[in-house]
Parts: sequence; C-alpha cells; structure tokens
Amino acid sequence: MAEVLLEVRRLSRRFAAVDALQAVDLIVETGELHALIGPNGAGKTTFIQHVSGALQPDSGSVFFAGRDLTRLSMHQRVAAGMARSYQISNLFLGLSALDNVALAVQGRQDAGSSFRFWQPVRSEQRLFDEARGFLEQVGLTARSDRVAGNLAHGEQRALELAMALATRPKLLLLDEPMAGSGPEESERMVELIARLARQVTILLVEHDMDAVFRLADRISVLLNGRLIATGTAEAVRADPEVRRAYLGDHL
Amino acid sequence: MAFYQPARYQKPVAGALLLALLALPPALAALGHEFYIGFATRLLIFALAASSLNLVLGFGGMFSLGHAAFFGAGAYAAAICMRAGISEALLALPLAMLVAGALALLVGAISLRTRGVYFIMITLAFAQMAYYLFISARAWGGDDGLPLPGRMTLAGLSLGSDSALFYAALGCLALAVVFLGRLAGARFGRTIQAIRENETRMEALGYPVFRYRLVCFALGGALAGLAGALLANLTGLASPNLLQWTQSGTLLVMVIIGGVGYLYGGVVGAVVLLSLEEVLSGFTQHWPIGLGLLLLAIVLFAPRGVAALFGKAGG
Amino acid sequence: MTQLILEQALNGLQFGLMLFLLAAGLTLVFGIMDCINLAHGSLYMVGAYFVAAAAQAADSFWIGLAVGVAGAALLGLLLELSLFRRLYRRDHLAQVLATFALILIANETVRMIWGAQPVMLNAPDALAGPLEIAGFSYPAYRLVIIAFGLAVAGLLYLLVARSRVGMWVRAGAANREMTEALGIDVQRLFTAVFVFGAALCALAGGLLGPLLAVQVGMGESVLILAFVVIIIGGIGSVRGALVGSLIVGTADTLGRALLPTLLRATLPADTASMLGPALASILIYLLMAAILFFRPQGLFPARA
Repeated sequence: MAEVLLEVRRLSRRFAAVDALQAVDLIVETGELHALIGPNGAGKTTFIQHVSGALQPDSGSVFFAGRDLTRLSMHQRVAAGMARSYQISNLFLGLSALDNVALAVQGRQDAGSSFRFWQPVRSEQRLFDEARGFLEQVGLTARSDRVAGNLAHGEQRALELAMALATRPKLLLLDEPMAGSGPEESERMVELIARLARQVTILLVEHDMDAVFRLADRISVLLNGRLIATGTAEAVRADPEVRRAYLGDHL
Repeated sequence: MAFYQPARYQKPVAGALLLALLALPPALAALGHEFYIGFATRLLIFALAASSLNLVLGFGGMFSLGHAAFFGAGAYAAAICMRAGISEALLALPLAMLVAGALALLVGAISLRTRGVYFIMITLAFAQMAYYLFISARAWGGDDGLPLPGRMTLAGLSLGSDSALFYAALGCLALAVVFLGRLAGARFGRTIQAIRENETRMEALGYPVFRYRLVCFALGGALAGLAGALLANLTGLASPNLLQWTQSGTLLVMVIIGGVGYLYGGVVGAVVLLSLEEVLSGFTQHWPIGLGLLLLAIVLFAPRGVAALFGKAGG
Repeated sequence: MTQLILEQALNGLQFGLMLFLLAAGLTLVFGIMDCINLAHGSLYMVGAYFVAAAAQAADSFWIGLAVGVAGAALLGLLLELSLFRRLYRRDHLAQVLATFALILIANETVRMIWGAQPVMLNAPDALAGPLEIAGFSYPAYRLVIIAFGLAVAGLLYLLVARSRVGMWVRAGAANREMTEALGIDVQRLFTAVFVFGAALCALAGGLLGPLLAVQVGMGESVLILAFVVIIIGGIGSVRGALVGSLIVGTADTLGRALLPTLLRATLPADTASMLGPALASILIYLLMAAILFFRPQGLFPARA
C-alpha cells in the first residue's frame, strides 16, 4: 500500500440551510493523480477551499504528510507543501509571466526572507533563473516577458500552473484547469498535467470527463456534499450508485 | 494598478531639484525673503509625512484615515525627549520614530483584521482616540499642547536657525525618498504591492499577508513620526491638533492629489496643496471654498492625481 | 445618586437617539451605495443653521424645524444629483477626496454667511422648564427630543422592515447587483435614501441646536461618533445603527458622568483626576475596538 499524503476525515460544512459538505472522507496517496468529480453544485470547489485553507470546516480534519493542518491558515498550508491553482485565472495581470512566477518562487520559505528593503529584486538572478525553469516546464518560455494580462486563455492557465509549481508542492490542488478552454487548449493541458503527474501528487477537480478518465489513477465522486464512491476509473464507472445518481448513461 | 517603476527622467530631475533646494536658503536670504525658509521647511516636512502615508496607502493598499496619530505621536515624543534633556537629533529622532512605529504596530495589529470600509473607519477611530488621550493628558499640556524648550542639535550642531532646520528636513526627506525608492523595487516592496493587487493569491503562494501588511503599516507610522518630530521643532510645539482627523484627511488629500503609489506622489501632493493654500489665502480669507472646488474638480476630471498628469511612472 | 444615574441614563438615551438619526442615513449610504460620505456631518451642521435661521425668521421653533429640514432635504437632493451620483461607482479614495472637499466648502460657506460665532437657537418657551414626575425632575425639552427620536426610530423600523421600499433598501444593502438585475430603479432609490438621510441630519441638528451650540465644525465631531456607531452596528444595517447608537450614547454619557466619580472612589485622587476624563473620552473607542476584535463585521452585518 502506498504512503498516504492527504487524508481528509469527516469534513463537514454548512452554509445557512445547505449542507455543502457532509462528513467527507478522502485519501490521496503519494504519487497518484486523484480526480474529484461531481455535478455542478456538488461541493467540489468548496472541498478544495477547505483543503487549501481558504475556508474553515465546521467539523472534521485535514491531515497532510502526517500532520494535522485543520486549524492552519492558507499560507501555512502552502509552506507545508500544498499548492492550488484557481478555477478562474488568478494572476498578477500587470506583471510579466516571468515576474508572476518569480513572485511565487520568492514566497517560498527556502528562498529566503522577503523582509528585504534595499536590494533590488532584479539583481536576484537566482529567483528569475528558477522561475524560467518553471515557465519552461509548462511551455511558456517564449512568453516569459509578456504581460500576463496579454496572454491567451490557455497560456494564462499554464502560467497559473507554473506559479503553483514554483511553490515546490508535495500536493497540487488543481481546480478545473480546463475550465473555459477549447478542445485544442484542453488537449495541451491534459498533456501538461500528465507530465506533471510524474513529479508531483495531484488532486484534480475537473468537469471534462474525457480528461479525467485519461489522467486519473483513482477517482472520487461527490454528490450533494457527500462522497459516494472512490476507486479506479473502471470501479467508479461500474459503481451502481454513481451510475444512478450522477453519471447516468454518459459513460 | 501596475507595480511601481521609476520613470527614466526621474533620477536626473530629482538630482537637479535637490541641488536647487540646497541653494534655496542662501538665495532666499539674499533676496530678503527669509520668511519663506520656514514655509519651505514646512513643505519638506509635509512631503515626508505624505510620503509615509503613500507607503501605506499607495504601495501597501491600506486605506488608513488615521495617519495623523503617528504624525502627532512623533511630535509629542520629540517634545517629551527634549524636555527630558535629550536634544540630540540623532537620538531623539529615532526615538520619535520608534514611538510612532510602535503605536502603528499596535493600531495595525487590531485594524488589519478588518477590511475595506471597516479598516478606514477603525483607523480613523483609533486616531481620534489618540487625539482625545492627548487632549485630556494634562501632564502633556492638554488642549494647549506641549511646548519644546528649544530646537534639537544634530551631531552637536545647533538647528536653531531656520536654514539649519531646513537642511535637516531636506536630508530626512531625501533619505526617506531614496529608501522608499529602493524598497519599492526590493523584495518587500514587490510583496506589499502584490498583496495590494491580489491578497488571496499571495496567501495562496504562501505569503503571510498579515505580517507584511503590519510591517508596512508600522514603517509608514515610523516615518510619519519622523515628520512629526521635525514639525514640532519647526513650530516649537507638539499640539494635539496634529492628531486631529482633519490632519489625516489633509495628508490623504496630498497623496491623492500627488498620485497614489507613485514614489513622488506624497512630495508633489504636499507641495501642490500647501502652495495652493498659501496662494489662495493671499487672495481671500475664504480660500477653503476655492480649495474645495479645486479638489472636486480634480476628483471629477483628473482621477489619477496630478503626478499622473505628468507622464506615467507605472510600468 | 439615583436622580443622577436616572438623569444621565435619560441623557444617554436622548444622545443615542440623536446619533441614530445621523447614523441611519449614513449606514444606508455606506451600505447600499458603498459610498464613504465624510460630508454627512456637514449636512447636520448646515441643517442646524437652516433650522436656526428659519426659526429666527418665523419666530417659531417648530416652523423653523420644518422649514430647515425641508431645506436640508433640498440641498441633499441637489448634492445627490450633481455630485454623489458620480461618486458611487468611483473608488473610496475619490469619495474621500470629494467629500473632504465638501467639508471645506461647507464650513467656509457657513462661516461666510453666519460668521464664526455660534448662532443661538432657543427651545420653544413652553418647553423651557423642567418637568417633575414623582419628585424626579427632567428638562421637558429633552423629553420631547427623546419622543421625537423614538417616533423616528419606530417610523424607520416600519419603513425598512415592512414597506416595499424598505425591502428594496434592504435588498440593495445585501446585494446591489442582484437588486438592479431584478429591475429596481436603483438610481432613484439611491436619490431617495440620500435625501432622506439629509433630512434626518437636519432634524438631529435642529433638535440638538438648543442644547449644543450651532457652530462651524459641529459636524465633524459628531460625524466620527456616527462612524463608530455604524461600525459597531454593522455597515448597512438600520437595526445595527439603532443598537450601536444606544450603546454609544449611553456608554459615552454615563462614562463621562460616572467614571470620574467611580475612579475617585477607588484610586488616589491625583491618578483619578488625571485618568478619569481621559478614560471617559476614549471609552467608546475602546468599546468599538473590543467589538471589532471579536466581530470584525460589526454586530449586525448586512452582507452575509
């Protein structure tokens, strides 16, 4: 049995009268690409928000690499090795692609303190060299000097990934990386994620079923805030509850 | 808003201006306009105060309406130091900065838990609280303020003459502007500007946002304290009026006029506003009406400030 | 002692209700239009001058009050149409700069017209004396103010909680875009709320005129108190404004009246006489800081 990287235990959250998450248990093993699927409103993004620390659960806990992170804030979880990308591109649109990634590198604890008031960032060659490496990984080398706001949609998504990678995570939380992309862009993103999955553990939330079934080692299905199935693609495909409640005849 | 980048012509212009300012006191004295040396010193001091607010507001994106508290705290700290016999500026000025910075740290630690309008209002309320505290502190002169026994000395040299104080203020302002310019391009400056642009994203990149904000807020407070200490020397008095919320409003107006987030925004704003006051008050005692109308015109027709009218400094 | 406490409690209630008149309009302008209006206090000042001038001309306090309030409402209408309408969509910086400019203009214009000296505004003769009930005496005029305040608070409650316009207002405070999408004419709603707020300001200014001096700068100190009130209550919430007003009004009044005495009973005279007034004057700010520390959105947040 592989090592457990992320373990979510009985995570629950209520918003007003809605049970957004009901005692969700989920385990992500080191090295796997675990996909989380479910219809709109199933609570996928809410789940990611709770794992990443943007929201606090009513009850339940989040263990990461053996540590209880439930009460830690978002930046502390990032420091512990958990990075996320956003469903809607969340970049510094006025900065170049390179500067965006350099900012992400600079935020890492092993990159040194950012309480430096005198030395220009521009002179810190190391930051930018490393940032170029991440841009190369996502295929944006040719775009590194372009202002993020002027990048094409697919390129912005890739930049989003490069920033998450630059925090050197053990676990990458990807919130619908294909959202809003055309078929060609999606195809490129699938290839990119497949490549990344060899280096880092990924928890992928995605609507694009085709992509999910091509990429995922294991799949979990969320329905109305409840986890109804977890397993390999075949197992999930065959699960009667999944078929009945959600997948229907799509598969 | 983009991150700050110095315009190409900025350094030579600033250098030329500095040279011109160095020659100002003897020139004014030769022309028999010594009175204006004091006025020019006032400009420099307010330029420093407005620049300190610009660090907080323009670079840090924190809309503080209570900056005058730190300005005033610096003035009182200087007065108290001098009355206790510490009149060496190299000692008293850092002490004033320390006091003002510590106060800002305290105020920031509570205020920065809130966002948006709440932050504006809570900083305002804290400043008001400081104002009432000083007004009711009879040991420190209450309503009348605390007079200074004289002026400071700088490395043993007297700042008693208006020219000497002018040069001291000029030195402080120049150092502060150079410091802020370096800061803007250094790690810290880029961090706080990025937080201004997108707080959540920075948090998601692992930055402890609150800590950076707080340090920025305290630094701004310390610089305001320096300006306050200098002003107390100029006027010979630490007055509770320095802490009034209208003072915070005036500093804010300076920054907005000058250009929020531009390195020289505070300087330009202070010079423009105080000169306008000076000129308008020469025409009529009802000059605030003219000033008010002008400010309204700026809001409606030059939304990015006066500094933005002259070329762009943003990258 | 009982007389003192009861009297101060009534004073606190009266002060709190007047604060509510100011805070109700302010909290709606803040909450619905997301607009910082520093000049709200100026409307209060100008309103008080209007009432004083009209009362003098008509030789009747009540006519003066009615005319003054109408005048302030008209001024509010003009301001909304000419200036504020353009500010709603601007950022907070622009709003602060513009309304700060309005304060400068208002203060100086008032000084130009009425001079720097305070203007006299007398309470109606019939209400000049104290009222005695069971050995307890209290100024009749202050009781009238309390009655006015309670009536307006009740009216506002009915208006906001029960009427259709009130529903729109609450909806606007909670979610402006949605309200617009539902086809409510938000622009006219804004105008109405702003004018109403201006009228309430003048009402407070006029009613308080005989108790406090009608003078330049009277708006600024009360403005800050109104801010404290709406922060405590939660921006955009009329109920919060009422609760906040009563808390601030009573805490401030009782603090000023009782704290020095209390301290003198427990501390050495020197310390007490130094600490008493200082503590009393910052009491409400400490209260606000404490409330915000535990509830950064105030007691009754209008937005979820």
